[in-house]
Amino acid sequence: MPIRTVYQATIEHTQILDERGVLDPALSKPGTPGILTDEQVLHLYERMLEARAVDERAFVLQRSNRMYTYPQNKGQEAAALGSGFAMRRGTDWIVPCYRENAAMVMHGMPWHHIYLHWMGDERGNVVPPGVRVMPIAVPIGTQMLHATGIAWAAKLRREDAVVITYFGDGATSEGDFHEALNFAATFGVPAIFFCQNNQWAISVPRETQTASETIAQKGLGYGAACQQVDGNDLFAVHKAVYDARERARAGGGVTIIEAMTYRLGDHTTADDARRYRDQAEVEAWQARDPILRTRVYLESKGLWDAQRQRAGEERAKAFATEVVRAAEGIAPPKPEEMFDHLYAEMPPELRLQRDTKRTSSLGQDPSQAGLRSEPQRA
Amino acid sequence: MAQMTLVQAITSTLAHEMERDSRVVCLGEDVGLNGGVFRVTDGLQKRFGKDRVIDTPLSESGIMGASIGLAIAGMRPIPEIQFEGFLGPAYDQLVNHAARFRNRTRGTVTVPMTVRVPVGGGIHAPEFHSDSPEAIYTHNPGLKVVMPGTPTDAKGLLLSAIRDPDPVVFFEPKRVYRSFREEVPDEEYTIPIGKAKVVSEGTDVTVISWGASVFQCLAAMDELPEDVSAELIDLRTIHPMDSEAVVASVEKTGRAVVVQEAPRLCSVASEVAALIQERCFLRLHAPVQRVTGFDTIMPYAKLENDYLPDAKRVGEAIRQVLAY
Repeated sequence: MPIRTVYQATIEHTQILDERGVLDPALSKPGTPGILTDEQVLHLYERMLEARAVDERAFVLQRSNRMYTYPQNKGQEAAALGSGFAMRRGTDWIVPCYRENAAMVMHGMPWHHIYLHWMGDERGNVVPPGVRVMPIAVPIGTQMLHATGIAWAAKLRREDAVVITYFGDGATSEGDFHEALNFAATFGVPAIFFCQNNQWAISVPRETQTASETIAQKGLGYGAACQQVDGNDLFAVHKAVYDARERARAGGGVTIIEAMTYRLGDHTTADDARRYRDQAEVEAWQARDPILRTRVYLESKGLWDAQRQRAGEERAKAFATEVVRAAEGIAPPKPEEMFDHLYAEMPPELRLQRDTKRTSSLGQDPSQAGLRSEPQRA
Repeated sequence: MAQMTLVQAITSTLAHEMERDSRVVCLGEDVGLNGGVFRVTDGLQKRFGKDRVIDTPLSESGIMGASIGLAIAGMRPIPEIQFEGFLGPAYDQLVNHAARFRNRTRGTVTVPMTVRVPVGGGIHAPEFHSDSPEAIYTHNPGLKVVMPGTPTDAKGLLLSAIRDPDPVVFFEPKRVYRSFREEVPDEEYTIPIGKAKVVSEGTDVTVISWGASVFQCLAAMDELPEDVSAELIDLRTIHPMDSEAVVASVEKTGRAVVVQEAPRLCSVASEVAALIQERCFLRLHAPVQRVTGFDTIMPYAKLENDYLPDAKRVGEAIRQVLAY
């Protein structure tokens, strides 16, 4: 046969909880692995309210000069929480960028550390003992290679750990995305590549980023399992990551999941999205707000109502206030700290800079400049 | 004691440490089955298996970034970048990630890895295979940079590098790889990172160099008049630099010549010269001389010997500072 098909593939999009808050009966059949229970949805809904409150408070803090640049997570709470909830705390690894705060927190990174990071304080990147959450990664796409390496170590050490790494649609244009997926799939490491396709990379829309019909299909070129889900659907996100994690643990290798979501806020507090996108588009996505959808679902099941909503919002606001208090209650860093953690053991020249706060040897220690009490030419 | 080349000393040291510490893995392009393009990892995959001596895709950022993840999660990776010219694609991962994790997490995420990189010219290699970029990785905080010039130093420094809790760039001067053999002690020993070596003692002038250039300095010193007593220092570690060894020597001699293959502008030689003027100003009898590559692109093979500092240029500089 002179011409034969050597490869064929399809990419599936999964939605379990639709925009009206109605569960697909077939996909959510009781006993289906990875389908959230009512109790779990209630738990996650409260976390969504907290995440939204903390996020909106950060915006207010920035506007009142109590925080530097901050990237809002608003609108992507289902993607962060549904995915994070499918991972095992303390065993699995979370390797984030910066728009999945709630997933980091769910796995042990304190909320106020995230505030501290954007307040310009490295102590926001301190990882508490036993926590397997990498710090926020600001440059685009670089963290995916670290995730690959961490997952590779788990495989080499025969640890039962799976790594999930987060990135946006824009990051898939970076070389590191391709190198990370290629390494991960080639060596069959237990990693999940979770793309939050929020349609915009600052001002560049998804169509300008790539001519590919989906982000998910980019995994085909590397031999990864590929799936697209409704990223504002808590059920679909959780189920996809649950399945990917099971696949990874069974030695089935790498999965790329494209979660279709939307950045309801600006790129960061330094950005003004009105310059480049239509209000009509934003409003259409506001109607698909994951918090709204989850709430409608809970109300339809009789698990939530207006009164509980008011109480929940109050709790979330009080929670955000506690996070602010924790972050602002920390004493300012000492200048010495910029020297203290560069190396495990401080080189002598660095110690001199630390102790004298000078970069010229003159004025530090006279003997260091060759100046003696009685200057003389050798 | 065994007679070894630089390559053999590195190979046997890698094997020693892989035997001792199961966390150590070697990875890179062609390092497994082929034993590396310079055969530095020859035989290691056969001995330790494909999970510990790993042929990777052709992907420098991938090698560096994945090694960072391996290190963070408890391994001791030794990535090889095939030639220093290919550090470019891995630069971001090395400088912006490996070098910064400890500091930016206040010591809670660390990257103990040793990046092996053949370096320098003089072997008539193609373009991008002959550069000396040590200043770039010295300028960027958070990395350690070593460049042993002898098999004995390579063994001791490589053991220190692999056991170091921070990322170390381990430059291997390819001109020295097989240029000579020497007795390398069989027993385990380490040479501390940050300690220079006085190759030969003298009282009239200090010559400071590292890597393959040390041998051009030795050749130049052989040609000096008998009454000239030159001291030669091999830095061995570029960063953190052994300032005290340099200062102590120049305080004694009052004259200094710094020799490197790299271009002069903003280079390690410039840093050594600045150190000497800051710390030995009143002891100096002559301005510090830098004998370096030119501030040009490293030429192709036909002109590389016109570019690299040779014994003649080093000798001229020594005579100039003595006559000043």
